[in-house]
Amino acid sequence: MRPDLKIIEQWIKPGSHVLDLGCGDGTLLDYLQREKQATGFGLEINPDHITTCMGRGVSVIEQNLDTQGLGNFEDDTFDTVLMTQALQAVRRPDMVLDEMMRVSREGIVTFPNFAYWRLRWYLMRRGRMPESETLPYKWYNTPNIHLCTFKDFEALCYRKGFRILTRTVVDGEHQDRWLSRLWPNMLGQIAIYRITREDS
Amino acid sequence: MPDPLPTDSVGIVTPQTLHFDTPITLACNRTLESYDLVIETYGKLNAEASNAVLICHALSGHHHAAGYHSKEDRKPGWWDSCIGPGKPIDTNRFFVVSLNNLGGCHGSTGPGSTNPQTGQPYGPDFPVITVRDWVHTQALLADRLGIDCWAAVVGGSLGGMQALQWSLDYPDRLRHAVVIASTPRLSAQNIAFNEVARQAITSDRDFHEGRYYEHNTLPRRGLMLARMVGHITYLSDASMGEKFGRELRDQAYKFGYDAEFQVESYLRYQGERFSESFDANTYLLMTKALDYFDPAYEHENDLAKALRGAHCEFLVLSFSTDWRFTPARSEELVNAMIAARCKVSYAEIDAPWGHDAFLIPTPRYTAIFEAYMDRVAREAGA
Repeated sequence: MRPDLKIIEQWIKPGSHVLDLGCGDGTLLDYLQREKQATGFGLEINPDHITTCMGRGVSVIEQNLDTQGLGNFEDDTFDTVLMTQALQAVRRPDMVLDEMMRVSREGIVTFPNFAYWRLRWYLMRRGRMPESETLPYKWYNTPNIHLCTFKDFEALCYRKGFRILTRTVVDGEHQDRWLSRLWPNMLGQIAIYRITREDS
Repeated sequence: MPDPLPTDSVGIVTPQTLHFDTPITLACNRTLESYDLVIETYGKLNAEASNAVLICHALSGHHHAAGYHSKEDRKPGWWDSCIGPGKPIDTNRFFVVSLNNLGGCHGSTGPGSTNPQTGQPYGPDFPVITVRDWVHTQALLADRLGIDCWAAVVGGSLGGMQALQWSLDYPDRLRHAVVIASTPRLSAQNIAFNEVARQAITSDRDFHEGRYYEHNTLPRRGLMLARMVGHITYLSDASMGEKFGRELRDQAYKFGYDAEFQVESYLRYQGERFSESFDANTYLLMTKALDYFDPAYEHENDLAKALRGAHCEFLVLSFSTDWRFTPARSEELVNAMIAARCKVSYAEIDAPWGHDAFLIPTPRYTAIFEAYMDRVAREAGA
């Protein structure tokens, strides 16, 4: 399992009801079902991923966050909502965050940090939109239409009244390095946040 | 039948008639003293009886879902594309049961059968049957076959409604319900189309208030019209456009009222053929069963409440161009399942053929169906 999923998995309490936004091929939910007796759903739009989920017994709903939102889930339905590497690809990340924290008290979000020093250096040296292993696209065909930084995300959480429970940093191989923990906005490649609604 | 037989065909199959003589009370509060159900089975029931799959048919369907009845048959069973060795419902792994529902006209007891009390055909005296009654008789059929719990109950359209009803009425007797191109209840528009069909039949002069058997005639015109209007709702604008466009049978307009456009003669042909092979009273009964289906009704119109008792896992599939039971209707069902905390997976499959798409294999449909049923088989130890 991808190291970032390993980190997330530790935060899920046994028996949790979980919603995974952009669940991919269902690896994490499959693991949580088997090892943590978790229940829940994955939302996905990629047809091949959906088929894989169905074949392995992960409950998956074909649903597009951009056009359908989470209106079909009632308030506080879940113990945790996950969104790994999808925040930057939705049309309105702020509204998706609102919806996440409506259907669940706790959310886990991971995204690529656009303030990573290599991206800053790329932009400064070449004057072109950065491309990297984690962001291997051109500016015109990238699915990542709302890239942000650690600081941007934290500012948004602050504005919305979401409290940050844990912040973890990993590199492109999803390894936790002490150096990036020291200065995440500059040295962290991928951000992993665990957040909660302020009223809890 | 093609020669040689394709390796993924179940081959020649023979229907069986099972007689039930314990009286059954129906939703309409009437009782049938005894009845027959015609079934076909494909594959072998394993020692634990854990690999049985029930196929529920739609409005004009029947027990003959796969294979051929004889070498002379031109066409295989109605769902042959999905049932057979190596197909999504893999008969190497599953024991597949397919029946003609009560009230049908393909051998099971229905309006055309002899009423033992009068010695005449039931005709209009045959009770109106509901989806719940069908599921009840299917459960009695399962008892007869030694099946405590289906690995899956599978159906499209009206068949999907039966799969859904199973999950509510016998929650411990199925592990999976596969509900394809279906809906939790008919809309006003759906009922309206059914009413047009019924009016077409009952206003035919040869209908004789349902006693056409005694008059040695058939309400052919009415049934043909009913089928024509129904058929239009099974196709999509795009698929009709692709198949017929504005093509004429001859080169030029004739400024008359004969069938000039290809689509007209196609509908007439389909309607005529249907009116010779299907029983008008059964058609009325089936449309009524569709109209009445509404599991939320008894739960303050709250479908989630109705689903709270269901334990099985669900697969719900819809098709993008289906305007009879649109993807939105399937999503309504899925959302109620989510609210009821059921285990459910859902996909909307892109296909141009309207409602009929559930009978036509497309790569994504087949892939999903195969992946899901493979898992059902693994769980069943098959």
